[in-house]
This record gives sequence, C-alpha cells and structure tokens, in this order.
Amino acid sequence: MPDAIVEVSHLTKRFGDFTAVNDVSFSVARGQIFAFLGPNGAGKSTTIKILTTLLNPTAGEITLNGFDALHDKDNARKSFGIVFQDQSLDDELTAYENMEFHAVLYGINTEVRKKNIHELLVLVELWDRKDSLVKTFSGGMKRRLEIARGLLHHPKIFFLDEPTQGLDPQTRNHIWHYVKNLSEEKGVTIFFTTHYLEEAQEYAQRIAIMDHGNIITEGTLEDILKKTGEKTLEAAFLKLTGSDIREESASSLEAMRRHRQMRGH
Amino acid sequence: MNAIYILWLRELKRYSRSRSRMIGSLGQPILFLFALGFGLGPVFQRAGQGNYFQFLGPGVIAMSILFTAIFGGIQVIWDKQFGFLKETLVAPVPRWQIMLGKTFGGATIAVLQGVVVLILATIFGFRPELGLLVLALTFMLLIALFFTGLGISIASVLADINGFQIIMNFLVQPVFFLSGALFPLNNLPKVISNITAVDPLTYGVDGIRGTLTGASHFGLAIDITVLLILVMIILTIGATLFSRIEA
Repeated sequence: MPDAIVEVSHLTKRFGDFTAVNDVSFSVARGQIFAFLGPNGAGKSTTIKILTTLLNPTAGEITLNGFDALHDKDNARKSFGIVFQDQSLDDELTAYENMEFHAVLYGINTEVRKKNIHELLVLVELWDRKDSLVKTFSGGMKRRLEIARGLLHHPKIFFLDEPTQGLDPQTRNHIWHYVKNLSEEKGVTIFFTTHYLEEAQEYAQRIAIMDHGNIITEGTLEDILKKTGEKTLEAAFLKLTGSDIREESASSLEAMRRHRQMRGH
Repeated sequence: MNAIYILWLRELKRYSRSRSRMIGSLGQPILFLFALGFGLGPVFQRAGQGNYFQFLGPGVIAMSILFTAIFGGIQVIWDKQFGFLKETLVAPVPRWQIMLGKTFGGATIAVLQGVVVLILATIFGFRPELGLLVLALTFMLLIALFFTGLGISIASVLADINGFQIIMNFLVQPVFFLSGALFPLNNLPKVISNITAVDPLTYGVDGIRGTLTGASHFGLAIDITVLLILVMIILTIGATLFSRIEA
C-alpha cells in the first residue's frame, strides 16, 4: 500500500508450541478507520500487544508511521495512542494528575501540556471533574478519560481495544462521536477492535477478521458482504468463523491460557 | 529525567493519600518496641548488655524500612494486575528510568517511615545521639533503595500476587530476624554468624546503630561500602528485569 501508516509483515508469535499469531501480514492506510475483528482467542489481543511494543514477536516486521516498531521503539511509541482493553488509569490520582503524568512521560512541555489537557478534558466532558480521584469515576467516565489521555500527545495512530465494552448505549454513542471526529477533522488513523459488530459495520472503512492466528478476510464492508453473500457483518462474521467450532476451541484455548499464567508467561 | 521525577511524585502522592497504609505500617514497629522492649529488656540488662531500647531502636527502624520498601517495590505487581503498568510500558521512555523513578519513590516513603519510627522509639525510651543524624539517614536511604529495588526485581518476574506470601515468609522475615536487629552479633554460633554476615540488612542495622548509638559491629566504613555496592547491583538487576517485562 503506498500510504500505509501501519505495516505488518509475516508476523508470528508462539507461546511454547502454541501459535497465537501465524504469519500475519496486513496494512492500514493513513487516516483510515480500521476494524480488527475476531472471536475471543483469535489472536487479536496478542497482535495489538505486539503492534504497541508491549510484547516481542517471534518473527516478523512492523512499521508504525514509518518507524520500525521493533527496533526504533521510542519513535514508534510517540506515533500512537492507545486505549487498552482493561482499565489502565491510576485510581488514586485525579483525572488531571493522570493526564499530567502521561504528558510528562511523553515529553510535552508545560505550556502545551496545560492547553492540551484543558482542551481534551473539555472534549470528553470531564473538565469539571478534573480534580476528582479516578476511583470515584464510573466506567464510562474512566473510558472517556482514557481516550483523552491517549490523545494528549497528538498521536497519528489511535489503537482502541474494545473501547465500548461494558458501556451503556449513550456512552458508546458519545465515544464513537469523538472517534469519528478525530478521524475526519484531524486525520488520525483509527485501529479498533470490538465484539459489537454493528459498530464495525457503521464506522469502519476497512475490516479485517482474524481467527486461529490468521487473518481470514480483509476488505471493505461491501467486499465482505459480497464474498459471503450475507446482509449484515454479524452474519458474515458467523459464517466465516463458525458458531459451533468456536466453543470447543475457545475452551481449549482458555485452558492453555490458564496453563500459561501458572507458568508465569 | 522528568520521567523519573513524575514516577517518584506518583509514589508519594499515592502514599500521602493512603491513611490506612501510613497508620497500618506503624503497628508492627510499635508492637516490637512494646513487646520485645519491655519483655526482653530486663534479661538484656541482667546479661550486662545495657538498655535494650537503646539496642532495639535502630533494629526496629531498619525493620520498618525493610517492610515498607519491599511492599513499595512489590506494588509493581498490583500495577500489572490493575493495568496501570501498561500505560508506563508503552511510553517513549527508557524502562530503566521508569524503574529508577519507582525505586526512588518507594525508597523515599520507606525513609520517611523510618524517621517516624525513630521518633516513636524515643517515646519508648530510645535515646539517639544526633551528631551523625545525616549519616544515619544515609544508611536508612541505602537499605530503602536496596529493598525497594529488590521488591521491583521480584515483582518484575512474578506473574501475579500468589507468590507474595512465599516471598514474605522465605525472604523478608528471615532477612529481618537474621540481621542483628533484635540481638547482638557478638558470640553467636558459627552458623548464625555466617548467615547474618550475608544478610544485607545486617549492614544497615549496624550502620544505623553505629551512627545513632555509637555501637557498631563492623565499623561504619565497611557498612557503607557493602551497602553502596549492593544498591548498585540491585538497581542494575532491577532495571534489567523491569526492562524485560512483557504485558
């Protein structure tokens, strides 16, 4: 792809003799909203961890915003923001302090810091709660704060790992509203995962579906619907990943994961 | 360097907001001063060793630093479990700076705790000489750095808090009880004597005791040299292990 901001080639990750990600290659165009879908245990989270420098791959190459994510980590890290699947705020700090902490780690100078924090906290409607400890926040407020924090250093790529999981429809709506604006007004590339397939159907400009460590389909919504002959993404998804087989492999995968945790990997 | 500062500040803020942690960590030193001080004091006196509080004070100060520091370091596991660690791991900052910031934060809290226990001990009858107070604080800082660094090193390789009890029972408790915090190092059986000599806390207790009461077993020069070397080693190990963490 000529203007790819995320380029992944021949990415493989093995845990012992289990292959979580199997020779995966794909790219995301600059400014695109890209949905990365798949059932639990498909290898999505592992892939995102590798893309965001949290985990080293067994093999393969990754370029983020032109930087080698495996060897030029700091430049790659400056290029993206992320909202993790699990909450990653410090509960004992205030909203403002969480933002400040992030700004200092990303080397944003004091003046820009104040301006950006103000702007973003206003955007996610948390400015009036800036001095409250995060532990007093609801799930939706925490999520909004994480979005504001992830954008503080003006990333070119924004990773959102199940950003709307467990949130009510109002909050989900709000979050998609910010994200869409971000893409349209600032040209930020959005890379997200979700189990709510209607979100991918509505917002994604390109969709990849992963299963058993492989990308099994990639294309626009129309491509995928045409290929499967289905009317909705959900139906196409189920057709591609199968509903029966899932349960079996999910449970064996769960067992494998528990085993891994016990061994401390 | 700003990264080190903000991580240090985070530890202090968290600590200052946790009343229960502050008060809770004073329980153990008070119990030791009260029970051992009054309980063993008369025997100690009759054995011709003088006032036991004078001996015990530095030991209990070192104890509170040991426990506070290890706990501070081990907190990295909580950060792992509650997700905050990821925020620091994806930041464009060398991992060793993050590790150092956490270590300095944890160590600062442990020293503060040590100072509070020092003041408490005087209520029980501990009478420190304050001429070498700065040097005493240096010893407190060195053991605080060492054990916070050790806690972070351990936390870096543990997957979850299940291993924590083992660490407490098989590492932290022995380190404390075999450090000379509670008994004099003279005329010990050979086995115990050898074990105390390889216990890092021994040199901290000896240094604090030497500076605050004038009674040092090894001599302050040896104490400070051993501790300095140990601190360098553990910070190197800790930074290396912390850098290898994968989420």
